[in-house]
Amino acid sequence: MKILVAVKRVIDYNVQIRVKEDGSGVVTDNVKMSTNPPDDNAIEEAVKIKEAGKAKEIVAVTVGEEKAQETVRKALAVGADRGILVKASGTVEPLAVAKILQKIVEKEKPDLVFMGKQAIDDDCNQTGQMLAAILNWPQATFASKIEVKEKVLEVTREVDEGLETIEVSIPSIVTCDLRLNEPRYASLPNIMKAKKKPLEQIDASELGVDIKPRIEQIKVEEPPKRKAGIKVSSVEELVQKLKNEAKVI
Amino acid sequence: MSREVMEYDVVIIGGGPSGLSAAIKLKQLNAELNICILEKASEIGAHILSGNVFETRALDELLPKWRDLNSPIKTKVSKEKFLFLGKKKSFSWPTWLLPKVQQNHNNYIISLANLCRWLAEQAEGLGVEIFPGFPASEILYNDDGSVKGVATQDMGLDKNGEKKDSYEPGMELHAKVTIFAEGCRGHLGKELIKKFDLNKGKDPQQYGIGFKEIWEITEEQHQEGLVMHTAGWPLDNQTYGGSFMYHAENKQIFLGYVIGLDYKNPHLSPFDEFQRFKTHPSIKKYIENGKRISFGARALIEGGIQSLPRMYMPGALLVGCDAGTLNMPKIKGSHTAMKSGMIAAETIFEHLNQQKDLAIYEEKFNKSWVYEELYAARNVKPSFSWGLLLGIIFTGLDQIIFRGKLPFTLRHKHADHETLKDAKDMPKIDYPKPDNKITFDKTSSVYLTGTNHAENQPVHLRLKDPNLPINYTLKKYDEPAQKYCPVGVYEVQIVNGSSKFVINSQNCIHCKTCDIKEPSQNITWVTPEGGGGPKYGNM
Amino acid sequence: MSVLLIAEHNNKEVKQFTFNAITAASQINDDLHVLVIGKNADPVAKSISEVPNVKKVIHVDNDIYENYIAENYTPVILKLSENYSHIICSANTFGKNLMPRIAALLDTSQVSDIIKVISEDTFLRPIYAGNAFATVKSTDKKKCITIRPTSFDAAPTSGGSAEIVKGENTDPSENTKFLKKEEIKSDRPELGTARIVISGGRGMQSGDNFKLITAIADKLNAAIGASRAAVDAGYITNEHQVGQTGKVVVPDLYIAVGISGAIQHLAGMKESKVIVAINKDGEAPIFSVADYGLEADLFDALPKFLEELNKLNTIQK
Ligand SMILES: Cc1cc2nc3c(=O)[nH]c(=O)nc-3n(C[C@H](O)[C@H](O)[C@H](O)COP(=O)(O)OP(=O)(O)OC[C@H]3O[C@@H](n4cnc5c(N)ncnc54)[C@H](O)[C@@H]3O)c2cc1C
Ligand SMILES: Cc1cc2nc3c(=O)[nH]c(=O)nc-3n(C[C@H](O)[C@H](O)[C@H](O)COP(=O)(O)OP(=O)(O)OC[C@H]3O[C@@H](n4cnc5c(N)ncnc54)[C@H](O)[C@@H]3O)c2cc1C
Ligand SMILES: Cc1cc2nc3c(=O)[nH]c(=O)nc-3n(C[C@H](O)[C@H](O)[C@H](O)COP(=O)(O)OP(=O)(O)OC[C@H]3O[C@@H](n4cnc5c(N)ncnc54)[C@H](O)[C@@H]3O)c2cc1C
Ligand code: SF4
Repeated sequence: MKILVAVKRVIDYNVQIRVKEDGSGVVTDNVKMSTNPPDDNAIEEAVKIKEAGKAKEIVAVTVGEEKAQETVRKALAVGADRGILVKASGTVEPLAVAKILQKIVEKEKPDLVFMGKQAIDDDCNQTGQMLAAILNWPQATFASKIEVKEKVLEVTREVDEGLETIEVSIPSIVTCDLRLNEPRYASLPNIMKAKKKPLEQIDASELGVDIKPRIEQIKVEEPPKRKAGIKVSSVEELVQKLKNEAKVI
Repeated sequence: MSREVMEYDVVIIGGGPSGLSAAIKLKQLNAELNICILEKASEIGAHILSGNVFETRALDELLPKWRDLNSPIKTKVSKEKFLFLGKKKSFSWPTWLLPKVQQNHNNYIISLANLCRWLAEQAEGLGVEIFPGFPASEILYNDDGSVKGVATQDMGLDKNGEKKDSYEPGMELHAKVTIFAEGCRGHLGKELIKKFDLNKGKDPQQYGIGFKEIWEITEEQHQEGLVMHTAGWPLDNQTYGGSFMYHAENKQIFLGYVIGLDYKNPHLSPFDEFQRFKTHPSIKKYIENGKRISFGARALIEGGIQSLPRMYMPGALLVGCDAGTLNMPKIKGSHTAMKSGMIAAETIFEHLNQQKDLAIYEEKFNKSWVYEELYAARNVKPSFSWGLLLGIIFTGLDQIIFRGKLPFTLRHKHADHETLKDAKDMPKIDYPKPDNKITFDKTSSVYLTGTNHAENQPVHLRLKDPNLPINYTLKKYDEPAQKYCPVGVYEVQIVNGSSKFVINSQNCIHCKTCDIKEPSQNITWVTPEGGGGPKYGNM
Repeated sequence: MSVLLIAEHNNKEVKQFTFNAITAASQINDDLHVLVIGKNADPVAKSISEVPNVKKVIHVDNDIYENYIAENYTPVILKLSENYSHIICSANTFGKNLMPRIAALLDTSQVSDIIKVISEDTFLRPIYAGNAFATVKSTDKKKCITIRPTSFDAAPTSGGSAEIVKGENTDPSENTKFLKKEEIKSDRPELGTARIVISGGRGMQSGDNFKLITAIADKLNAAIGASRAAVDAGYITNEHQVGQTGKVVVPDLYIAVGISGAIQHLAGMKESKVIVAINKDGEAPIFSVADYGLEADLFDALPKFLEELNKLNTIQK
């Protein structure tokens, strides 16, 4: 079995986001970037499946600028065998990423595609489902447990009401939740070895898909600051206000 | 699990200006050498904090074509000011009366972190392997006692030091020569200085704590290229320190404050002095309609030539601020750190090629312009132990009239941890509450640093005696860790009527002040799990 | 053209979030049609037809729709999509799973998780976990949109009488099978989804004192949160931590007790609808974000608070 894992390079989750003054976006220059956190879970799961002898090869793919290579290298350091960087600059919307990944899937013919459930930058939560749709593959989103069976996967999904278990046939797309597993560290010896693993670069324009953005970003601004309310003088007053004014109890 | 081993010709600990310059120079001398750099930050630059007004002398020698290589050195200094601050007033010192070393017209206002990122690209282009996120935590020695290399930190230990599922042992890196370039108060450098007695016959080392904030200010107040320094208020005459304000590109200013860690009053809070300083009318006017976008702090090394340890030992060299090459009157250490790294590279090249002893490092260093600079600067810092006014008068004579050539050398008498007076004998200081516009508290400041450490790992701030803070330091000095730590890592909490010493190690921004100032040297800073600590952008 | 909203339900009842989505959808265009796909879901179709904002209900009923499977819903919606300019649903796990599948097959770039309708093609949405707001304009002909339910009021649920028409089912997917669902039942709502959260900080002084919080949480059917200082001091376990390195919560009511309001804590709760702070330090930063601040000793205030709550008989469970 072959697993393709999509990984995205995003602003590190510890970095405080700063909105540009001119409203054109957020500051990304000289900002620490990392792998989108649930994508680490996706790689980890693929590696676990491979370690259990159920998969032969793991290919990590990213769509982005030249520097997104680092993200693929990190995936290689924790156990992916091969990497692909699809070079694309500027905004690449989830639909476009899905179309690019479709081409990669056609070329690589993986049995499974693992991805993160959501990227922490644009918070779109779309790419996996879109890829599943255009490939006409089944999808298992928000996976918190994956069992590989013969020809099918049994996937436990984290949904609003609790947990739901579904069975999807292979090939399929799985998007991973943070609770799926605990990603391992990239150890120094493995990082050294990862430098020697193959990393193919493809230009998005060679793939013949339309990746022009369809959504115009008019402006990005800071969320409005919360204002202080009032001070109440007693517990009685507080309860009255909560009941009659705020109507929350 | 045993540790994997990797052999290199040269292993460099620390990806700051000194370590990166050493790596580049080595590759220029011999492209065949296998060189790697370990850096504890999650990426190069993320733990670098500096002013920074940059003198290009070392870079001109290292990469003479830097102007054509898209370097982040853009803003030339165009104007200078020096102010003495009184409580409300200020008095401007004519720049022609500034000592030459404090004049900056050929220098540039840069972000040192960005310069390091760029130097790292140059180094990688030459084939240097750089591994960010991997602190060197242990020095390895050969049987003959010489330095063999280092080991990186184990990862995946829990807070009791037990292995978690994710445990990964550290790795050993062996080298023909190891260069320690950890910057000010490197924790391995500290061990080497002790083990090889490198500071024998030298004065105790001197340190300062430096703060820096980046502000985005209004067009009207911004004057790209302006460099301004102040002395005086809010510090008293007995406390050594001053501020800097550098107007960089993109309407940003780098606003900072440095306080000598030889201060005496345990109630003094360097963080709050810096915050208070910003309320002075001649400072406030620049920032009051601006926005603070970054914050950070880092110790700097100020002892100069009198305190500079021997920088070579069997199998290893110390470079840059890990040794102490900063020029205090200039408040510049980047160019000297770089040059010391380059000299180290030349030394190693000759050592490997011609079997010369590493001791030639000292000869080369003493013949270089770095030594000349540091020698001329040597009397400035100690003279300030007489107080600000006498210090200034002396410095004027020493630097302007005699140009550092006075026939004597003033000594540093005390280490910084020895200078605190008893809390009861010193005045308490009432710092104003932050207004969240120009002054802020510690928690909202650390927020801007992007600092984090993985939870459930061993505390990286070790107490030699865990009871000392409450039983002794609290009584005698009112536990000054609560004050000197710039981000509130140390707290004394009252729990059920008794005091408890709390260490919020996750907040630590790796400034090393506690390791320096703790009066009993009871706190030892060690490396936390890789990638932890601040995530500075263009500091 | 009209807008089509996909209802979320469990075949018997409409999920609350659908009513919030109805409000948002009718702000885009008041010719709002709602699609109910289910098995024996007549009561659902009926309740929705009573929502005054709804102009028409399309009801597709078949055994294959007993459980919600995006692969089975999608073709039904695609078939109907021709007549609509916007396809909408709420941005919870239901809508997040479904909508991109529809959007991709319509070759449309979806706009996720909107918090405000600016015009029929322009919306406000949070990015970077709410640390920035983006105003975005969709240039696609057909627009696929998911709505953050907590940003819109629920539509009134009675007074209307829209017509209910039957729609056609499509063939089910053979590649996806529903196996089971476990609703997590616990005595207390989960921190991440609770309507009310009450959190204690270092001011609680001990783990034992958290029983004051627990008693109120029981009464209000609230989840229990904590500051990191309280967690670090061992008063409570770290699953309860709210903030930058803990959970991010957006309840209707957040009560912070003995919490100073450090920015790292605020990062986890400042989007709450109503914030109450109980703190004895009148200058604590938490008061600068609180709608209702009570400057008091928590050891006096909490027992009184419980007493007052006990006097009310209207608290919803
Ligand atoms: C309204 C809007 C405005 C935008 N504006 C800008 C802008 O101004 N500048 C800009 O740079 N970007 C912009 N983008 C974002 C850019 O289009 C994103 O890279 C793309 O939309 C992916 O979105 P996401 O990561 O949130 O997707 P999600 O669907 O949340 O991603 C889920 C998963 O898909 C996979 N994945 C997603 N993207 C990639 C990728 N590139 N490579 C490999 N795997 C991937 C990962 O496994 C990820 O975990 C904008 C997006 C939108 C919707
Ligand atoms: C507030 C302030 C203002 C300053 N202003 C100026 C100025 O205007 N001009 C000027 O020229 N100089 C200035 N300096 C001084 C200058 O920043 C230093 O002299 C210079 O950074 C020293 O370089 P270095 O390479 O020796 O050490 P550093 O720059 O400190 O770099 C050391 C590197 O090693 C890493 N490291 C440390 N320990 C380990 C370990 N165990 N394992 C792995 N990695 C490790 C660190 O993370 C860091 O990246 C200023 C300093 C401060 C604090
Ligand atoms: C990288 C990083 C991540 C962090 N992540 C988080 C996080 O996710 N969540 C989080 O909460 N914090 C986080 N913090 C810590 C944060 O900065 C604060 O230290 C913490 O939130 C303080 O908790 P507290 O308000 O309970 O304690 P304190 O700040 O000590 O406040 C206690 C409050 O209780 C009040 N009080 C005391 N006694 C009484 C009484 N009897 N009656 C009424 N009021 C009383 C006091 O007036 C005071 O305001 C993080 C810090 C860092 C650096
Ligand atoms: S704990 Fe020590 S090293 Fe860390 S920030 Fe505080 S003073 Fe600096």
